[in-house]
Amino acid sequence: MLRIHCPYCREVREEEEFGYAGEAYIARPAAPEEVDDAVWGDYVFHRKNPRGWHWEQWQHVAGCRKVFVVKRHTVTYEIAGSWTLAEGKALYLSEEQS
Amino acid sequence: MSGYRIHRKGERIQRQKPLSFIFDNVRYNAFAGDTLASALLANGVRLIGRSFKYGRPRGIVGFGAEEPNALIQLETGAHTVPDLKATQVELYQGLVAASTTGYPSLDFDYKGLLGKLGRFMPPGFYYKTFMEPVNAWPFYEKYIRKAAGYGRAPVEADPESYDHLHHHVDVLVVGGGAAGLWAATLAGRAGLKTLLVDEQAEAGGWLLTDRRSRIDGLEPTEWLAERLAELDSLPNVSVLTRTTAFALHDGNLVQALELVQDHLPLTERNAALPRQRLHKIRSHQLVLATGAIERPLVFGYNDVPGVMTVAAGHSYLNRYGVAVGREVLLQTQNDAAYDAAFDLAASGVKVTVADARCDGPARWRQDALSRAGIQLLSGHGIARVLGDKTVNGVELVRLDGQRNAATGKGPRLNVDTVLSSGGLTSTVHLFCHNGGRPVWRDDRLSFVCPDEGRDNIACVGAITGRWELDEALAQTHQACLGFLQKAGRATGFLAPKVNGDAISAPRAIFRLPDGKPEGRGAKAFVDYQNDVAAADIHLAVRENYRSVEHVKRYTALGFGTDQGKLSNINGFAIAAEALGKPIAEVGTTTYRPAYTPVTFGALAGAHVGDTFEPRRYTAMQASHDARQAEYETVGQWMRPWYFPKAGEDLHAAVNRECLATRNSVGVMDASTLGKIDVKGPDAREFLNRIYSNAWSKLDPGKCRYGLMLDENGMVMDDGVTACIADDHFHMTTTTGGAARVYSWLERWHQTEWPELKVRFTTTTDHWATVAVVGPNSRKVLQKLCGDINFDPEAFKFMDWRPGTVAGLPARVFRISFSGELAYEINVDANYGRYIWEEVMKAGAEFDITPYGTESMHVLRAEKGFIIVGQDTDGSMSPIDLAMGWAVGMKKPFSFLGKRSLSRSHTGGEGRKQLVGLMPLDAATVLAEGAQILNNTDDTVPAAMQGHVTSSYHSAFLGRSIAMAVLKDGSKREGDTVQVWAHGKSVPAKVVSSVFVDKEGVRQHA
Repeated sequence: MLRIHCPYCREVREEEEFGYAGEAYIARPAAPEEVDDAVWGDYVFHRKNPRGWHWEQWQHVAGCRKVFVVKRHTVTYEIAGSWTLAEGKALYLSEEQS
Repeated sequence: MSGYRIHRKGERIQRQKPLSFIFDNVRYNAFAGDTLASALLANGVRLIGRSFKYGRPRGIVGFGAEEPNALIQLETGAHTVPDLKATQVELYQGLVAASTTGYPSLDFDYKGLLGKLGRFMPPGFYYKTFMEPVNAWPFYEKYIRKAAGYGRAPVEADPESYDHLHHHVDVLVVGGGAAGLWAATLAGRAGLKTLLVDEQAEAGGWLLTDRRSRIDGLEPTEWLAERLAELDSLPNVSVLTRTTAFALHDGNLVQALELVQDHLPLTERNAALPRQRLHKIRSHQLVLATGAIERPLVFGYNDVPGVMTVAAGHSYLNRYGVAVGREVLLQTQNDAAYDAAFDLAASGVKVTVADARCDGPARWRQDALSRAGIQLLSGHGIARVLGDKTVNGVELVRLDGQRNAATGKGPRLNVDTVLSSGGLTSTVHLFCHNGGRPVWRDDRLSFVCPDEGRDNIACVGAITGRWELDEALAQTHQACLGFLQKAGRATGFLAPKVNGDAISAPRAIFRLPDGKPEGRGAKAFVDYQNDVAAADIHLAVRENYRSVEHVKRYTALGFGTDQGKLSNINGFAIAAEALGKPIAEVGTTTYRPAYTPVTFGALAGAHVGDTFEPRRYTAMQASHDARQAEYETVGQWMRPWYFPKAGEDLHAAVNRECLATRNSVGVMDASTLGKIDVKGPDAREFLNRIYSNAWSKLDPGKCRYGLMLDENGMVMDDGVTACIADDHFHMTTTTGGAARVYSWLERWHQTEWPELKVRFTTTTDHWATVAVVGPNSRKVLQKLCGDINFDPEAFKFMDWRPGTVAGLPARVFRISFSGELAYEINVDANYGRYIWEEVMKAGAEFDITPYGTESMHVLRAEKGFIIVGQDTDGSMSPIDLAMGWAVGMKKPFSFLGKRSLSRSHTGGEGRKQLVGLMPLDAATVLAEGAQILNNTDDTVPAAMQGHVTSSYHSAFLGRSIAMAVLKDGSKREGDTVQVWAHGKSVPAKVVSSVFVDKEGVRQHA
């Protein structure tokens, strides 16, 4: 069981208070009708599934109900941190670029 | 004569508290503080069980969790517990225990005869012997099963309770021996929140047996008392005894089982307390001080009752005041075992020591032996033990100084007890549960935990191979200073000073040779519980099992309730020898939780019976109970399923309920429907994005049925949403989908469209909802409500009106899940029962009939209305469901799932689509889930065309109907298909899924 810090409640709580909400920062195509089936299929189905650090969304379903991001290691289950969607995005993007 | 009581200084039994207990129908005496094992030994009882495979007589070997043989059935009836180790059962007045093996009796066992017949059963015996003919195996199995197994599982409900407790601590110390006590002391002094758990009735570990060491000048039990007193005085330290840490999970989560009341007589247990408690302990720093277990040596007939480990014999003497024999041969390959020889001799036991080392022990021990009058046979090993149900002698061989081989016969001794020590095995289990690997140390002859431990896990004491107390405490001190300094809690405390006695190195020997090739001499057991002998491991290797994991599974080495605590290292060493590889290369099998068996009761805790899962009832439950409703579970909801009258079964009740509803008026509790209040200036835009259909033109006072799609374009939920005001909507969801939909809305709002000004509130529990259904429903509503105009032109189908119903503020929706004229009355949930009874009174003159979910299902199927999750399975698009009318392709925003509807796979041919089915025989109700075939002569493997999703007898139509999904079903109306189930094929005609009132006249009435 993970222990997760909710950036809104500012507390570390047991995993059972949270709901996993998939990979973070998947961009929905702004104009879905203008992309082809391959691009749309990639958005709907394809996920990173890394062996290592993973940016993912969690929702504090038994708490504030906010969705936020967690950077978690898929092998060690270590959690590097958790952020609001907006805060995390800057960090996520800087990591993506480097 | 074996076993007797003897007074020992520092013993842990209470002589002033005598007890009596019953074992196999015989009453014995003992003392408080005894275990069942120590009490049996004190009474001279040696035969405790019969072995698993051969029925060989077996006795107590160990004194704790490692015990392989002494499995007993504790108590009877509802309180019975099978397969407890007698070594771990604390005695209480009136305890009743029985052996678990032996047929017809423990003393005379049929299987024992088998065991005596020349050839033993080799590994794979059953596979090899009962191979032919294959179909006879069930016949063989019946008899083999009878011969197998140990105790009997209870058949009555457990009368005791269990609970769970969560801890969050800075430091968790597992093991209350010297190392663990010192670690807890240091952490406690440093001010850290510290928890120490120990599996035994009192902490202390080997300190309770040790009489040689002096710690800071104190005897071991004195130092123990000082430590416990100090820990007790520290408010930040807790100590849990009778608590076994049995599993380590990620994030330093340890699960531990506390035996809260098992040590109390059944009549004295406090019903307000649990029998056992499961502790879930999170620690920032975990300290593993789980110590080590002494393993026996492997030699001929080493399983005769009266053969034990040295540590067991030593502990029974010093802790329980029980001498395990009168004439003892102590066989060792190390120095530490000599402590037992001295203590036994000092207690009047005649002791002879056989040491596998030709040079014997350290000089000072040899001198002490002479002084104590103990005969030492250096360079000797046991060839075989003599005796059947008890030891009556041993035959020794002389051992080569270099090779592990016999060089000649040794003396034959008349002894009644054999104690053997093959050295210590570190208890590395917890360290390995979540990925830690133990390392082999040639100088320690054990797999041990690495000194550096792991991140936030310190390994201290014997778990690292520090067998001697001085080195164990020194290493513990260093390791603890390490993590305390890292935590900024550096302490200036000094390590305890322990007398360091010189020792000679142990001999690397596991199987004592008897001068014969393996398999020819006396059977030498490695794993007692599974009757695995050294020869079996050799055979497994000869049969080409090369991995120790495979050897384990082929021979059953290390299985069972003891999980190989005594046998693993010996087994690995023998496998290594057979494979011609070093032990380090052979490695260990995998250590998995649980360290020792855990009751299901403890794992379940309070999650049993009525508290297994929350059960949700609507506010009208008392009314339903009064009308003898049968309930069904929908998610966590308990919904009325049907309302049987006297003598009615489900079908009779449902037929009556459906006809009454279609012909006059029925009433249903619809409160469980998910309800979400959607509010804000952008609420309408949000609905446009989240639903497939359009919401821009829905005026206040109007309702609309909506389909919710996932991004793959598949239907995930449906329901009616009412426009309360321009910026305010009342959304309903399926009963089972409410929580999921609520999360779904929030996630899209928060992640993709945070700019939309809209808020969601779950209001499922706020409203009580009564559906009044049928041609007379309007009349019922008119009786109850004077401030709403129910004129069909003024209050149309899919309208809603606020008003006062039975004196209550209400929202009345004119919607229908049955195809009938129908109204849903929503009032404050606190008035649920009142509104239900008012509707019943008002409807009495129309013979208003309550109905449940089963009739609801029939009524909606007659109209072809889908149930998401029954007629859909996450792979049905609105087009597949012939619900294209609910898809607003022209909406400006590309709503969820829209783009997928035009993907090649979603829009293409060959998709399963919703149809109606009418069996040609009107009396045949198709099986739900039945497969659809095109032709009667289809053979296996047939091309399956789809399956039946809903199927009922319709009393209104006087025939059976069904809904199904069928490949390209939209084009197949009029075809006859075959519906296959239970080996039978039934013809059915493909029809429209709307069976009743295709024009919708009734619901618009």
